[in-house]
Amino acid sequence: MNFFLQLLATGFALGMVYALIAIGFVIILKCSNAFNIAQGHFVLIGGYLGYTFLVPFHLPIWAALFSAIVVAAILGLLIERLTLRPLVGQSELAIIMMTIALASVLEGLATLVWGGEYKTYHGVLPTITLKLGGISVPPESLIGLIVSIIAVVMLMLLFRYTKIGLAMRATAEDLQVVQSLGIRATTVYAVSWVIASVVGVIGGILLGGVSGVMIPLAEIGLKAFAVVLLGGVNSIGGAIVAGIILGMLENVAAGYLDPLLPGGGLAQVFPFVVMIIVLIFRPYGLFGMARIERI
Amino acid sequence: MSLRSGTFHENYAQDMAIFRTRLQWGRLFAFLILLFICPLFFSDRILTIMTMIGIAIISVHGLNILTGYCGQISIGHVGFMAVGAYTSAILTAKFGWPFWAALPCAAMAAGMAGLIFGLPSLKIKGFYLIMATIAAHFIIIWFILQFRDITGGPDGFAVPKPKIGSFVFNSKASYFYLVMAIACLATFLAVNIIRTRAGRAFVAIRDNDLAAEVMGINLWIYKLQAFFIGCVYAGVAGALLVHYYGFASVDQFAFMDSVWYLGMLIVGGMGSTIGAVFGAVSLKLLDELVTVVGPILSAAVAA
Repeated sequence: MNFFLQLLATGFALGMVYALIAIGFVIILKCSNAFNIAQGHFVLIGGYLGYTFLVPFHLPIWAALFSAIVVAAILGLLIERLTLRPLVGQSELAIIMMTIALASVLEGLATLVWGGEYKTYHGVLPTITLKLGGISVPPESLIGLIVSIIAVVMLMLLFRYTKIGLAMRATAEDLQVVQSLGIRATTVYAVSWVIASVVGVIGGILLGGVSGVMIPLAEIGLKAFAVVLLGGVNSIGGAIVAGIILGMLENVAAGYLDPLLPGGGLAQVFPFVVMIIVLIFRPYGLFGMARIERI
Repeated sequence: MSLRSGTFHENYAQDMAIFRTRLQWGRLFAFLILLFICPLFFSDRILTIMTMIGIAIISVHGLNILTGYCGQISIGHVGFMAVGAYTSAILTAKFGWPFWAALPCAAMAAGMAGLIFGLPSLKIKGFYLIMATIAAHFIIIWFILQFRDITGGPDGFAVPKPKIGSFVFNSKASYFYLVMAIACLATFLAVNIIRTRAGRAFVAIRDNDLAAEVMGINLWIYKLQAFFIGCVYAGVAGALLVHYYGFASVDQFAFMDSVWYLGMLIVGGMGSTIGAVFGAVSLKLLDELVTVVGPILSAAVAA
C-alpha cells in the first residue's frame, strides 16, 4: 500500500509539470487555432536554459527562473512574429507543418548552442523534503509541484482579472466578434505564444532538475499531447486534471508492470496507449466540447 | 498532362487512357530504358542514392494514397514501415523463409497494423488523427523493443540479402534493379488504384467525408481500405530498406522520417501520383546535396 501511495505521490508531482506544459499547448490552440507540435521543444530549450543560468552563471534559483522566463518570452514573441503570423488564415496542415519545422529548428538551436549533450544540475535546485506518514515525496518533484501550482494559479488570475486575459478568452470564443470590438487579434496571438513558451521553459527547468537535459527531453511534448487529448483540447481545467491523472497512471503502471516486462520502459509508451484509447472511445476528451459538423 | 492539339477522344477507352499519344508512350519507354541502364554508367555511390530514392518513392506512394487522396493525415508512416521491415527480416533471418515469400507477408503485416491504428480515423480527423498516428509510431517501436527475443531489442540483428532461387541480390546494381522494378510496379498500381471505385471514394472522403457518407460511401470500409493500402506500401518499402542495409534496427525508423515523408508528399503535391515521385526525388536529392555541400560550407565559414 505504501508503495502504491508513493507512486501516486510522485505521479501527482510529475503530472502537475505535464499539466503546466499542456496548458501552453491549450492556450495556443484556443486563441489561434494552431496545433503547436513544438511545445516539447520549448521544454528542451527550458532545460538547457536552466542549466546555463544555474551552473555556468551560478545564479540563485529565483534569478535563474526569472532570466529563463525573460528569454522564453522573447523567444515566444520572435516565433510568433516570424513564423506563425504569416500563416494566419492558412490551412491546418500548413500550420502543423510550420510547427514541426519549428521543432526541428529549436532542436537544431539546442544542438548548436549546447552541443546536444547531456547536462544535469541535479542537486542545484533547492530541496524540500516532505513526509506524509510512510510516503516521502522526492524533493526534486516537490519543487516542481510547488512551482507548477504557482504558475497555474498565476495563469488563472491572468485569465480572470486582466484585460489581456479577458481578450484571450474572448478570442477563443469568437474571433470576429473580438475584432469588431477593436481588440487586436495579433496581440492576443503573440501573448498566447509567449505564455506557451514561458510555461514550456518553466516545465523544462523543473524536469531538467529531476532527470537532466538531453535532446530526447523534447519528447515530453508528446506526453503533453496525450494530456491535452485526455482533458479535451479546449479546456485548461481539463489539461490540469488530465495531467495529474496521466502522471499518476503512468507512474503506477510503470511501477507495477515494468518488472513483469522484459524490455521495461512502459512509462514512455503508456501515454500513447491512453491517447489511442481516448481517441477511439471519447475523441473530445473528458472536458472538451463535442464538435458538431455540418456539410 | 497537356495534350497535343488535334488529339480527340472518340470512345470511352480513349477517354480513360492515361497515355493518349504515341509521344507520351515513347517518353515513358525512353525513361524506363534510361532508368534500367543506369547501373551501366553510374558508380555504386550514385546507385545507392537512386536505390534510396526508389524506396522513398514506394513509401510516399502509400502515404499519398492515405493522405493525399483519402485525406487521412498520417505522421506514423515510418512505424508501419518498421512493421513490414521487421516482419520480413524475422521471417528471412530467423525462420529461413525465401525473400519472395517474406515480402508479401511483410506487406500484409504492415497492412494489418494499419487497419488497427486506422480504427480511430472513423471518429476523428485532422489534428486528432495526426496524434493517433504519432502514437501508433511510438507504440510500434515500443513493441519492437519489447520483444527482444526475436527482434533483438535495441541491438537489432543481421538480415540476409534477398535471394530468389539461387540468385542473391548482393551487388548494388542488382539491388537497384530489384528496388526499381518494385517502384515501377508500385507507381503503376498507385496510378490505377485511384481510377477504381475505391479511388474515387477516397477522393470523395477527402473532399468532404460527411457529404461522401450521405452519397452512400461506406466510410468505415473505405477509410480502413485507404489505411490498409497505404500501409502495405509502407511495409514493402520498409522490408526493402532493411534488406538493403543487411541489418534491422529501430534506429532506421526514426520518428522525424515520417515527417520527411509527409514533406516529400507536400513538396510533390498531395493527391498526385507523379507528384509523389517528384517530391521523393527532389527532397532526397536535396538531402544528398546538403551532405556534399555542408562540409564545404562549414569549411568556408571556418576559414
